[in-house]
Amino acid sequence: MIRVVLPAHLRKLAGVDAEVGLDVEGLVTQRSVLDALETRYPMLRGTIRDQITQERRAFVRFFACARDLSHEHPDDPLPDAVATAAEPFLVIGAMAGG
Amino acid sequence: MSKARVLVGTRKGAFVLTSDAKRERWDISGPHFAGWEIYHLKGSPADPNRLYASQCSGWFGQLIQRSRDGGQTWEPVGNQFVYDGVPGTHQWYDGTQHPWKFARVWHLEPSLTDPDTVYAGVEDAALFRSIDGGQTWQEISGLRGHGSGPSWQPGAGGMCLHTIVLDRSNPERMFTAISAAGVFRTDDAGKTWRPMNRGLQSQGIPDPNAEVGHCVHRIAMHPSRPSVLFMQKHWDVMRSDDAGESWREVSGNLPSDFGFPIDVHAHEPNTIYVIPIKSDSEHYPPDGKLRVYRSRTGGNEWEALTKGLPQRDCYVNVLRDAMAVDALDSCGVYFGTTGGQVYGSADAGDSWAPIVRDLPAVLSVEVQTLS
Repeated sequence: MIRVVLPAHLRKLAGVDAEVGLDVEGLVTQRSVLDALETRYPMLRGTIRDQITQERRAFVRFFACARDLSHEHPDDPLPDAVATAAEPFLVIGAMAGG
Repeated sequence: MSKARVLVGTRKGAFVLTSDAKRERWDISGPHFAGWEIYHLKGSPADPNRLYASQCSGWFGQLIQRSRDGGQTWEPVGNQFVYDGVPGTHQWYDGTQHPWKFARVWHLEPSLTDPDTVYAGVEDAALFRSIDGGQTWQEISGLRGHGSGPSWQPGAGGMCLHTIVLDRSNPERMFTAISAAGVFRTDDAGKTWRPMNRGLQSQGIPDPNAEVGHCVHRIAMHPSRPSVLFMQKHWDVMRSDDAGESWREVSGNLPSDFGFPIDVHAHEPNTIYVIPIKSDSEHYPPDGKLRVYRSRTGGNEWEALTKGLPQRDCYVNVLRDAMAVDALDSCGVYFGTTGGQVYGSADAGDSWAPIVRDLPAVLSVEVQTLS
């Protein structure tokens, strides 16, 4: 089980509480976590990463274990603490006016 | 009993305003999609309970929402807008070529006959269609394939396809308008398109025969007279009597011929409305007076409609999709401002009253006349 925390707008869109529990098969990476997230909540497709290029949207960031993982390769393993559910994988809406 | 339902898109959500035919007391619901930009929402003429909304955010991109119950509940549908084939390039502000890239949906135009068919005008300018209630979208690529695409360039608000006009008398015909490319018409249901900009004069384009490059802000048609079109251009109010083949200026005695919206009275095809704005750099009414101008002669002769509208210290704007008319016996006219007011008139513009005063900046206003 992987723990994912979504920003408020996306929690409301997906109809979920603060934290989502996901089963992720194989290596736990940004890509595999987001694949599992979008499979379970298809309304989130396109809101975190581009549907075609799969690139992270510019004003979305990924954090875990007090680290900014936004620029890590999407196929790099996430920290063990995320893979073991000791820590959540945080999807953050970047601070930018509006 | 008839009633009016006004659909309002704002910078921070959608609102639905409903009233009986008197249009004196209004119920206001919302915000729907709180915190999101709602560029446009519109109901299907074939099924008034079917609504579509364009929901977007600088953070989380584009969503399309659909309602089957007149806006009480909503469900997200498809949001994948992929240009057909190789997207190609258009002209950028500096004159260089720039890749076509999807940004957002500016306008949704439901089919006149099928609730599951809806058109989407997007930035960077292109026309998409869904025939499954918004679940999937396909580009009508003949528009960008017209050949002039590489010379299209964005206006200050982006290169958006913002106007889609369907012809009830001819299902094969459709008009679109793009800032800053101009008007295009298809007569074969979107397979091929022709620019329809003859007669438009645009500052900075010295060639009076320029095929494209015009910053058209909005076009409007009365369904009973589909060969007559009215246009609010960046500057100039224009009219065509030959389905866009040629245009002539009808700005007449307007205090400014700059503006964004234009619309036609529901029962009088020669009565039109505009809201003059001071200039392209001063987006507010001339003299701080919010005035709707009405022409009962299809242009040239205009009267100011001021009763109930602020006549001093008013410096709001009214955006291109933010005016609409209902089809009740006494035609209702509505518009929303960047200051968050939605004004309504139940007597074709003779008098006005705010329906609501303090919404977020209004991006779009549409009206449904319900029986």
